[in-house]
Amino acid sequence: MSAAVAIECRGLTRSFGSGETIVQALRGVDLQIHAGQVTLLVGPSGCGKTTLISILSGILRKDGGELRVFGENPESYTERQRTAWRAHNVGFVFQTLNLVPTLSVEHNVALPLILQGMATREAFARARAVLAALELADRAGIKPGKLSGGQQQRVAIARALVHEPRLLVCDEPTSALDAENGHRVMELLVSVGRRSNRALVVVTHDARIYSFADRILRMEDGRIVEDSSLVHQP
Amino acid sequence: MIRTALEMLLGDRARYFGLVVGLAFATLLITQQASIFTGFTERTASWIRDTGQADLWIMDTQTEFTEDRKPIQSNALQRVRGVAGVEWAVPMYKAYIQVRLADGTRRNVRLVGIDDATLAGAPPVMLEGRIEDLRQDRAVIVDARDVNDALRLTRGLNGAGPRPLGVGDRIDINDQDAVVVGVAQRSVEFFWDAVIYTTYSRAVRMAPRERKLMTFVLAKVSPGADPEEVAQRVAAATGLAAFTSQGFEDLSKGFILRKTGILENFGVTIMLGFVIGVLVAAQMLHNFVVENQKSFAAMKAMGASNGYLLRLVSVQVGFAAVMGLGIGLGIAAVSGHFLEQSGLAFRMTWDVVVLGAAGILVCCLLAAAFSLRRVLKLDPAVVFKG
Ligand SMILES: Nc1ncnc2c1ncn2[C@@H]1O[C@H](COP(=O)(O)OP(=O)(O)OP(=O)(O)O)[C@@H](O)[C@H]1O
Ligand SMILES: [Mg+2]
Repeated sequence: MSAAVAIECRGLTRSFGSGETIVQALRGVDLQIHAGQVTLLVGPSGCGKTTLISILSGILRKDGGELRVFGENPESYTERQRTAWRAHNVGFVFQTLNLVPTLSVEHNVALPLILQGMATREAFARARAVLAALELADRAGIKPGKLSGGQQQRVAIARALVHEPRLLVCDEPTSALDAENGHRVMELLVSVGRRSNRALVVVTHDARIYSFADRILRMEDGRIVEDSSLVHQP
Repeated sequence: MIRTALEMLLGDRARYFGLVVGLAFATLLITQQASIFTGFTERTASWIRDTGQADLWIMDTQTEFTEDRKPIQSNALQRVRGVAGVEWAVPMYKAYIQVRLADGTRRNVRLVGIDDATLAGAPPVMLEGRIEDLRQDRAVIVDARDVNDALRLTRGLNGAGPRPLGVGDRIDINDQDAVVVGVAQRSVEFFWDAVIYTTYSRAVRMAPRERKLMTFVLAKVSPGADPEEVAQRVAAATGLAAFTSQGFEDLSKGFILRKTGILENFGVTIMLGFVIGVLVAAQMLHNFVVENQKSFAAMKAMGASNGYLLRLVSVQVGFAAVMGLGIGLGIAAVSGHFLEQSGLAFRMTWDVVVLGAAGILVCCLLAAAFSLRRVLKLDPAVVFKG
């Protein structure tokens, strides 16, 4: 196992609220995530999974500890710089997808490129290429609401990958899908997402998809309690 | 960015439609009322504009508007003529007077006496007869609208039914016999009493005996002279008030607006349009932002800066504002056309259009400021919440 270290953190902490109602969401997370691997983050509800990937992807700030993502420390950036950093380095697949319902499928997929400042025409062309690769070419012009759940999930994946991010974070990508669709989505995610220069972090409750992981990190109560590297079987 | 903004906006047809209709309605309220207001106030000065031959209006210093009669001494005419820069000056008589039509119909009219020699101060358009016919014995000219209205023979002559007054009909003016020799057309005025034209000397003969009879002196300034300056010189030389046409127009308008409360009435409606515009726009925009909250948050997570979202929403608001403004102005103009045909004062000047545009712009800015705060404060971390 000699893959490059993509993300490294030590003693990461984060709490919400204050006084009596304070919630310690992260209580010191030590972690290395490697590029070229599919890392699953599992654990009971409320253990801090979402909080952790929010910090890793530069959406949420940590309270304490150290963090390096591709050698950079997004925590040291201003809000504006962090926003720009996310635009260039991170792809997201949200649990609720969050496709923009009023925009066409191709426009949704083109968004990360448009947000990077790419000309709309070129962004659309790239979006269509990615959609074609995901067998969604004929859906490019319609609104996401007209697609099935599995298709919407694939659109969300297309959007997460269109700008070739170095970090791809997925929060519960299969929880809303049945076994077959969940399987297909994971297959797709792994086939397009696993690149030597990319780290793929998937938060899940779904034991059915463990087999896709190169590595499974189990969290409990704000800490990583188990780290199992698996031999991936294609 | 613009394409994204518009596609997002237009993607939700119902909401977009509501926003545009709301803004169009506000535009309509603001511009229609402002146009009617402009039309009304313009009519307060129709008289002055119809009497376009003169540059200066000279009158008693206490005169407050066009129908306000504070007669001056007739030697004022000679004194005005003596002021440097005055090319010519003529007298004008204008006063309310009792008339009786041949069938016994009694009215209060405004009798206007214009200079015998030059006929300066005549109505702008003659429909029947010629203005020179005024030089005939006992001649008067009436107005085309009045003959169907205040000067209509309501009882009818010799058993015939009611009919408009016409050329050849006799009128008793303050117990003096007069005969209609022509029909003129004046602009619609704010005031409604009928106008009867005759010569100055005849008007003075017909009028009740008074020590002073002249109402105005009308003057033309020499070519190249500045009317304002000449007006000041006339005022200084005569001790009377001397206005340029525009100055007299402003005086009359100001007086009528103050006395009638027209300004306040229209002001209230225009403000109401504005408030409705703000409320509708704010409500619609707020809904739009709330509806798209998740999308905006997702875009923030994916790297959209606050500046980007600000521009995005601005384009959306601006587009809706322009559409609403265009539709509102269009409806106002078309409805105004018909209102005008039915006799209502309606003048959609550029000022009105600018006012409408400014009103809608402010509506949208206020509304946008209100809902944009929400977008800017949005925490991208909400995208991970279920
Ligand atoms: N914005 C917040 N404000 C207050 N408390 C929060 C906030 N976000 C998370 N928490 C709390 O922090 C803890 C960890 O939350 P987190 O969402 O990271 O858990 P999770 O492992 O993703 O859970 P789930 O599997 O249910 O999604 C929880 O107790 C949660 O209530
Ligand atoms: Mg979670």
